[in-house]
Amino acid sequence: MVKVSYYPGCTLKNKAKELDKYAVRCAEILGVEMEEIENWQCCGGVFCDSSDEVATKLSAVRALACAARRKTPLVTVCTACHNVIKRTLHALRYDAVFSERVRNYLGDEAKGAENAEVYHYLELLRDVVGFETLKGKVVNELKGKRVAAYYGCLFLRPGSVMQTDDAEDPRIMESFIKSLGAEPVIYPMRNECCGAYTFFEEKEAALKKGAAVLKSAENFGADLIAAACPLCRYNLESSSKSLPGGAEKKLPVVYFTELLAEALGVKEARYGM
Amino acid sequence: MFVCHCGTNIAGTVDVEAVADAMKSESGVVYSATYQYMCSQSGQDIIKKAIRDYELGGIVVCSCSPRMHEATFRKAASSVGMNPYMVEIANIREQCSWVHKNREDATSKAITLARAAVAKLKLNFPLTPGESGVTKRALVIGGGIAGIQTALDIADAGYKVDIVEKSPTIGGKMAQLDKTFPTLDCAACILTPKMVDAAQNENIRIFSYSEVESVSGYVGNFTVTVKKKARYVKEDVCTGCGLCTEKCPRKKIPSEFNLGMDNRSAVYIPFAQAVPKVAVIDSEHCMMLKENKCGVCSKVCTAGAIDYTQKDEYIEEKYGAIVVATGYEPISLERFGEYARGMSPDVITSLEFERLTSAAGPTHGKLVRPSDKMKPNTVVFVQCVGSRCEPSLGKGKEYCSKICCMYTAKHAMLTKEKYPDAEVYVFYIDVRTPGKNFDEFYRRAAEEYGVKYIKGMVGKITPDGERLNVSASDLICRKKLEIKADLVVLAAAIEPSPTARALATKLASSMDTNGFFTEAHPKLRPVESPTAGVFLSGACQGPRDIPETVAQAGAAAAKVIGLLSKERLTANPCVAVCDEEMCSGCSVCGNVCPYGAITYVEKEFRVPGGRTKARRVASVNEAVCQGCGCCAVACMSGAMELKGFMSSQIMAEVDAICRTSR
Amino acid sequence: MECKGEALCAEVIRISASDVGKCMRCGKCSASCPSYDEMEYHPHEFAYMVSSGDADALLESDSAYKCVSCLTCSERCPCGVAPSRLVEAFRIIKARERSNAAFAPERSVFDDGEIPGQALVSAFRKFSK
Repeated sequence: MVKVSYYPGCTLKNKAKELDKYAVRCAEILGVEMEEIENWQCCGGVFCDSSDEVATKLSAVRALACAARRKTPLVTVCTACHNVIKRTLHALRYDAVFSERVRNYLGDEAKGAENAEVYHYLELLRDVVGFETLKGKVVNELKGKRVAAYYGCLFLRPGSVMQTDDAEDPRIMESFIKSLGAEPVIYPMRNECCGAYTFFEEKEAALKKGAAVLKSAENFGADLIAAACPLCRYNLESSSKSLPGGAEKKLPVVYFTELLAEALGVKEARYGM
Repeated sequence: MFVCHCGTNIAGTVDVEAVADAMKSESGVVYSATYQYMCSQSGQDIIKKAIRDYELGGIVVCSCSPRMHEATFRKAASSVGMNPYMVEIANIREQCSWVHKNREDATSKAITLARAAVAKLKLNFPLTPGESGVTKRALVIGGGIAGIQTALDIADAGYKVDIVEKSPTIGGKMAQLDKTFPTLDCAACILTPKMVDAAQNENIRIFSYSEVESVSGYVGNFTVTVKKKARYVKEDVCTGCGLCTEKCPRKKIPSEFNLGMDNRSAVYIPFAQAVPKVAVIDSEHCMMLKENKCGVCSKVCTAGAIDYTQKDEYIEEKYGAIVVATGYEPISLERFGEYARGMSPDVITSLEFERLTSAAGPTHGKLVRPSDKMKPNTVVFVQCVGSRCEPSLGKGKEYCSKICCMYTAKHAMLTKEKYPDAEVYVFYIDVRTPGKNFDEFYRRAAEEYGVKYIKGMVGKITPDGERLNVSASDLICRKKLEIKADLVVLAAAIEPSPTARALATKLASSMDTNGFFTEAHPKLRPVESPTAGVFLSGACQGPRDIPETVAQAGAAAAKVIGLLSKERLTANPCVAVCDEEMCSGCSVCGNVCPYGAITYVEKEFRVPGGRTKARRVASVNEAVCQGCGCCAVACMSGAMELKGFMSSQIMAEVDAICRTSR
Repeated sequence: MECKGEALCAEVIRISASDVGKCMRCGKCSASCPSYDEMEYHPHEFAYMVSSGDADALLESDSAYKCVSCLTCSERCPCGVAPSRLVEAFRIIKARERSNAAFAPERSVFDDGEIPGQALVSAFRKFSK
């Protein structure tokens, strides 16, 4: 059993329980124990993209330091949390002024944070578990399903920091889908924005962005969309609801962990066959 | 002591009179003067007169970099009987006046530099250069338009020349082009006659499907081993009838010449006008070579040219001069996923567009969408894909690829000529047209042909149904554009051939950060590499178009002819010398020598007690040594020295500088 | 403290750590921007105006709040200018101008009961002014 530190984040503890629950359960089956880190705090939702902001990044530093103390890699499932944490780690490593100010704020609490190793759950599957191993554990192949992966922004960008995959032509989610026995659909809008948090102020514009993603996935023959971020899923579903046509014609949007859970037999089959 | 003003280049920052005055009291200096341009005829006359009048043993010229005028002053000194190696240059321009602003500091530094030069000069001794012969044969590496033109010009002057080309035919990139700018004349019509000329010229030998294996020697006397790759077809027997290519059962191999847009067979002739027009068997796909099954080509060949047992052949030849003409390749667009090249066959590169419009191309010149072979109604050209990028991002090249603006204008016009009703857009950052009739050409595309030039880079290409959605912003109208295109053509940046780096190592020739060969001087010696006897032709030195390439090819040929026409070459006397008493024969110097100039010999040495003892010591071949000094640096016992730059001389300079520094 | 003119641009450059001098005016950022139509000033104009030393209009405009922080502009910028960081700097400068910067979303948006918490937290960060 491989042990990892787990940072769930706020949304996974209320609105996106499927993301959390199935991730932990499936990891067990795949030989990974996800230990939730103690006293984690909200990551802030978005990374504050400035050279002189420190306070907004401290919760990420604490999470990193905690994982470093435990000497286990820090895993997140929510893409937004992952983005904040990974970019904070990058700043700690390469921005000397920032890391000094962090030390001034947190003292020993920040100790070792820069040595932490950070994985998104999908990276954990690819790099630690291995997609081949995953394939071997699948009991319920999602055969015949054409699944369109939705990456959105934060999983990939900025490419030079996230280093997840090619930021313009990623493959990690497609490989994941393939290992579950489903057929991945590569469509051009999979790394374009869903509208993010702007529906508070620009509802129409946000819905339009989501609709463009849905349309592109549909045009390329998708049966359903798999997302890795609660906000992406919310936006795509909102867009879907706002479009004309009945519910039966609409592309379902699910969390990738739901598909994983189905394939590994820990969730009732709904999207697979 | 001669202090040059260099107009205001030096005198503007350095008080040259003060330098001359200060040097008057320096021990050993008997004459000190300044002049506005020491390198001019009158400046040289001052030097010559002083040498004669004062019977000088050596001179120091405080002026520009020795790279610039050392040779000038050495020649002047030598004309009045002074050994040219008794001339020392103190560089008070590049290393002093140009880099400092404060006059006082610059003047004092100039004085220090002059003192150091005097200190060194006192230890100088006359040197006499050796001589070597010249092999009257040139090697041209690369058989594109650059290599062909260089070879033809050298051959015309009556010298033997060999072309080594890595692919099975000469012709290079130009053979793949359809029309050429700014005249729209057909590339094949002007290139193929030159290819035939090269093949028929009795002074030219073509080693096609061959590579340079190793190079040794030095200017005038290179020894080169050429690897002739096995083509499994006897070159002198094959008639190029093409029957084998028709009968070969393996036909689904993407054609290199047509950039994978159609297929060739395992035994193939790259294209109809190939030179030499000889088939070649692709060993990766031939069933006979792989599994010993088939043999059809051998059965159908009436000439009996097929030979499955052929092996790579190594040919050693001597050359007096080498010309690099390795050309360019378009960069891979893998890192530009936003342009959806992997997602749609209708997103093509400019070179692919050339094949699509060429009469000898996969569509016989019919411009159609690769996906469904339909006529494209809207064609979008995107310039600068991978050019002018911040290099640290690792996506593209820092430089401007130079040829794209013009060939894009050409492509846009060709599209309009074939389909006058088509909508043609060109997205540009800047349109760069510095060349004869270039801007007129571009304006013709916009004005006469109605090509829509839009300032702004394309952000993303989104395949949408059968068409491509091109997202861009028009920077002048401040408008977002979404254009539904049928065909998108990307002007990919160009980079040096991937074979160039290994070749540069073999030639001990330098490259810039982008992998282009460096010239000896960017303005004054543009076709010579810093390695004596190695010349540059075409895009291996930097992006360039056909007219420029041909001009440079001629210039490189002229330099080669100049070299080959000499009976003897004067060597550089500043070569390594071994103090055999100190040498331990450890082999370090031989290992670091890039020219293979150092060998080791057993020699008898006297030892205490009146006896002798044999010891291994280094021996320098002065004809091969280029005076780079690597051995002198590497030598642990201090036995290796470089004439003209002996340790004692360098230390004298350092001492002089330390004595006077504040 | 009111920041204007050259001083404003210097502050933007400091906060964003963006090398606006590298911009070659290719407009790939704006061509990639999903919020282009909502914006009065577009990503390339952020880079251009900041490098020209006169970006007061950007502080007055609400263009910065139309940005979705998708980072596509920065990802595709061939020059490494990172327009998204410039936009963020304007948001930060505005928020720092007053001590009680706040964001009050309309009640109606909560009605569907599905909004993920992360959206609200993000919006507080991005829309406080």
